[in-house]
Amino acid sequence: MAILGAIHPVLTAGLNGAVDNNSGWQLKDYVARGGYSVLKKILAEKTPPDEIITVIKASVLRGRGGAGFPTGLKWSFMPRSLPGDKYLVCNTDEGEPGTFKDRDLIRYNPHAVIEGMAIGAYAIGATRGYNYIHGEIWELYQRFEAALDEARAAGFIGQNIQGSGFGFELFAHHGYGAYICGEETALLESIEGKKGQPRFKPPFPASFGLYGKPTTINNTETFASIPFILKMGGEAFLNLGKPNNGGTKLFSVSGHVERPGNYEIPLGTPFAKLLEMCGGVRGGRKLKAVIPGGSSAPVLPADVILDATMDYDGISKAGSMLGSGAVIVMDETTCMVKALERLSYFYHEESCGQCTPCREGTGWLYQIVHRIENGAGRPDDLALLGDITANIMGRTVCALGDAAAMPVQSFIKHFRDEFAYHIEHKTCLVPKDVQWAGSGFHKAAEVR
Amino acid sequence: MLEIEIDGKAARVPDGSTVMDAAQLLGTYIPHFCYHKKLSIAANCRMCLVQVEKAPKPLPACATPVTNGMKVFTHSALAKKAQAGVLEFLLINHPLDCPVCDQGGECQLQDLAVGYGNGKSRYGEEKHVVVHKNVGPLISMQEMSRCIHCTRCVRFGQEIAGVMELGMTHRSVHSEIMSFVGRSVDSELSGNMIDLCPVGALTSKPFRYSARAWELQRHRSVSPHDSVGANLIVQVKHDKALRVLPRENEAVNECWISDKERFAYTALNSDERLTQPMIKQGGEWREVSWNAALDYVAHGLKDIAKTAGGDALAALAAPNATVEELYLLQKLLRALGSGNIDHRPRQRDFSIDGKRVGTPWLGLTLADLKHRDAVLVVGSFLRKDHPLIAQRLRHAVQKHGAEVSLLSVAVDDPLLKLHAARAVLPSDLANALAAVVKSAALQKGVSVPAGLENVAVDETAERIARSLIAGEKTSILLGNAAQQSADAGHLHALGLQLAALTDATFGFLGEAANSVGAQLAGALPDVVQGGKGNARQMFEQPRHAYLLFGVEPELDCANPQLAVAALQQAKMVALFSAFKHTSALEYADVLLPLAPFTETSGTFINTEGRIQSFAGVARPLGEARPGWKILRVLGNVLNLPGFDYENSEEVLRAAGIQAADAGFATGLDNRLQETEVTVYPKPQPTNALERIADVPIHFTDPIVRRSAPLQATADAALPTARCSAATLAQLGLQAGQNVKLTQGQGSVVLPVAQDEGVPAGGVRVAAGHALTAGLGDMFGSITVERA
Repeated sequence: MAILGAIHPVLTAGLNGAVDNNSGWQLKDYVARGGYSVLKKILAEKTPPDEIITVIKASVLRGRGGAGFPTGLKWSFMPRSLPGDKYLVCNTDEGEPGTFKDRDLIRYNPHAVIEGMAIGAYAIGATRGYNYIHGEIWELYQRFEAALDEARAAGFIGQNIQGSGFGFELFAHHGYGAYICGEETALLESIEGKKGQPRFKPPFPASFGLYGKPTTINNTETFASIPFILKMGGEAFLNLGKPNNGGTKLFSVSGHVERPGNYEIPLGTPFAKLLEMCGGVRGGRKLKAVIPGGSSAPVLPADVILDATMDYDGISKAGSMLGSGAVIVMDETTCMVKALERLSYFYHEESCGQCTPCREGTGWLYQIVHRIENGAGRPDDLALLGDITANIMGRTVCALGDAAAMPVQSFIKHFRDEFAYHIEHKTCLVPKDVQWAGSGFHKAAEVR
Repeated sequence: MLEIEIDGKAARVPDGSTVMDAAQLLGTYIPHFCYHKKLSIAANCRMCLVQVEKAPKPLPACATPVTNGMKVFTHSALAKKAQAGVLEFLLINHPLDCPVCDQGGECQLQDLAVGYGNGKSRYGEEKHVVVHKNVGPLISMQEMSRCIHCTRCVRFGQEIAGVMELGMTHRSVHSEIMSFVGRSVDSELSGNMIDLCPVGALTSKPFRYSARAWELQRHRSVSPHDSVGANLIVQVKHDKALRVLPRENEAVNECWISDKERFAYTALNSDERLTQPMIKQGGEWREVSWNAALDYVAHGLKDIAKTAGGDALAALAAPNATVEELYLLQKLLRALGSGNIDHRPRQRDFSIDGKRVGTPWLGLTLADLKHRDAVLVVGSFLRKDHPLIAQRLRHAVQKHGAEVSLLSVAVDDPLLKLHAARAVLPSDLANALAAVVKSAALQKGVSVPAGLENVAVDETAERIARSLIAGEKTSILLGNAAQQSADAGHLHALGLQLAALTDATFGFLGEAANSVGAQLAGALPDVVQGGKGNARQMFEQPRHAYLLFGVEPELDCANPQLAVAALQQAKMVALFSAFKHTSALEYADVLLPLAPFTETSGTFINTEGRIQSFAGVARPLGEARPGWKILRVLGNVLNLPGFDYENSEEVLRAAGIQAADAGFATGLDNRLQETEVTVYPKPQPTNALERIADVPIHFTDPIVRRSAPLQATADAALPTARCSAATLAQLGLQAGQNVKLTQGQGSVVLPVAQDEGVPAGGVRVAAGHALTAGLGDMFGSITVERA
């Protein structure tokens, strides 16, 4: 992947489109772009942590991992004055289908994450941090380790940073690729060396987190934004976006567009503009549907998404979630039953198996959708799917159950006729040759 | 306190309570699988979802903390729909093979499916299949497709047994409960997982397919296998004990029992049971009637008493005989003019007989163990000798941060975090305890007790003393090895000194089910100069006639060589036994079939002094008879006065013990009347190797020794000679080699193994096992040479 376009870039400013994978990420480059100046300034001036949190709150930076929780508010939950260890954890366990932004941040701008974490640690009073990196992007784990070595050697992390007396030890930790380890409490379990399974909440990590100590967990992009926000000021960052949706954000656009990749645009940019930046729908075909926030977000039909703006509130109003900013574009050649089958299989395989509704329900959902796709659907299957999703949603330990249920509900809601057709005629509403024409795989197979 | 209303019923609950706690207080049942009051909260089954006012979605009662003014609805439409939804999910991949499932009839899933599920399944797909596992001879994991992934067994291992032997691997519907690859489940508490399993995934291997739950009669009983006196439910069909389960008694065994207690019953149905009185005539064993057998014994006893005097008679009883049996045995013997009776076959040192103020006991209640701040255990193979006491101490460490220290003759991992641990040779144990006493005196700034002036205080001793002084509630407990060592009296005196210095309780982890009761029943030798007639002296100075009551001398005595030699020269040996004890066929003259605990009424007094009477649960097998009846009739045959008891309660009353279910015995006191000054350190024998003998958990009494499933466990592995690497090097031996071990006239050949838990100069060789029965003193000197 690459960063293929930007409007008012913040995180990717100065990366020149980042076409070269192996330069521009190092400490010298980051410092040349003005990096670590904020951390130095804070430590030199001994800025009160509350002041930092106030700026972050003013920027209305919302968590970039998917939930969109205001970062400043999250940081203010930390019992800073409590004696004992406190931890800061970065979640780079980017496993949601469609999402590939954090890996580019680690690839091209790892020091922004490190600086953001060091500032965060200072603000919440943590002395130790971990960056948990998805197990399937091994080379980026290595890159982050290399960046950590540089930062450690330059005295930006470690004991007594820049002679300030403040110490922050930061470590990289890689997972083994389980999607569930992106759930923050499963991630903590995994760091502790246990099986990655979400914990029941409450207690929340701010009171009982890593090794039972107060812990703050943020997404990679969230941390990377911190130095820039503090440099430009909270108001300025907020004004890049729109009210309650501060700043710019990376969008990972995949699917049926001409130029799939990462795009940094201000929150509030119309979807149509983003689609245009991507070169439009592939082959000039007609847009059918878009999943705007990663595979767990409800799908939106073309007419709805074309009127929406890309920000938390805008997408929410349109009936979905901005999530991690993973935009999956589907054109008219897509069979929605097939697409849902693929998604349901993912959640079925990635359920941690801990709690009953998710462990059993996700498999059941997949089996039914699979059956419909393969011409063995039954007349009451759609009602059954609705019932099963209702029995999963809100009944599970973590949000994976909801994540598995929402695509099913939204696909059926918006494309019910396709499902009904499938059940009745035992084949797709979208003719197979049309599907094949739209499929890169089948094209390649024909040429061969 | 918080106020909560559940289904309209109001309650006040302590802060920190969960909705489930509150519901139990109110007597409201909330369906659940993964929740168990003794385990941590997992909240994974989701069966206990309830509606909470103002909460947008149903919440799990087990994990939801009560907030003041909370209103909960367990049967509202929302709650019921959530519960039914979860149950449907649980059943879709469950095989529904209830007709062939051992759990059928006592299955939580079955019950809740009836109460909360639909009559018909909407799931038409293929069910997920889980491959069966073999985890040893006790737990069957043959039908793991039945598992509902509640993880009770996993949490039990982590939290109660102290070792995680089962875990949940894989993800999603592929999740499986399994052990580490190729490993069995070896915890001595593992059988409790069978009880905890709410479905038929973990079932009892010995019980499998032998009966349905509803065919069994449930009877209360008390475990004869260790000094806790765990309360049991013995399930019986056609006068045959088919299963043993814990009976919940929070004060004694909570809801747990050890595997020994759970599976020992299998021996009671074995072919080795003695079912007919037998007499040896002209070297031939003949089955005879009770009349003939008792006449024979009575004549023998009378003749010998007449010709050689009462002192020529001796009786040795097992410490897990009932109070009634022991009382009648000593009464009979004393009526014949003999005071040679004892119930302590493994004891070596009797120097404090006659100096006790009262009856030795635990020194506190079992329940109090969980609230200790610091505990010192001296001379104990804690986890295997006292599984449930180890479990209580583990709880104290895990939940309350108690500091438990171990000063023993070998450090076996007790599966609890030890504050301090030191292993010394048995002959050095008193010196090591003396160092703690001295350190405690120095730390308290009081004068060092006389005799301890020259004791060197090591770091471990200081650490132990410090924890005992710092803690508010502290205890010093002497284990089996301490009581069986040659320094038992010294250890007792030192323990009392330490307790006084540190304001701790002092007591004994009783050796057997009725160690306390036996003393109260008078099964102790008359105290005369030189300690006449105790369990050792009666063999050192051979007698003419022996009554052996429930003991197997070559396995139960501190020095089997000595015992067997004395028995072989005796004119008459009568063995009261539940089993045909083959080694006894050589030296015994009469075998009297004794009813085991399931076939007799009786009373045990456990180590905390709790009097627990029990009734027989089955008719005696064959001609076996309750011990108290045999002794009562023998008394009649002998024309002795006062042997006209009609039932065991009368015997108990005669023994001076008021039968009371939850009552405690009186006269419990660990103090000594006088303490002579002993000078420490006691000189150590030089260059001699010392034997260190544990009695492995499944070799402690005749019943467990014959339980086939228990004998197939890892705990019943063949004995080896275990030495530290240093000792091995000194002897020029390598682990795995066969060595010849010699004590006195006897020697055995065993493989040698390396074990760093054994102190240098020590050779650990288990007692209680047929292979080592030819050896001498449990803690005596031993020679080792290459075989």
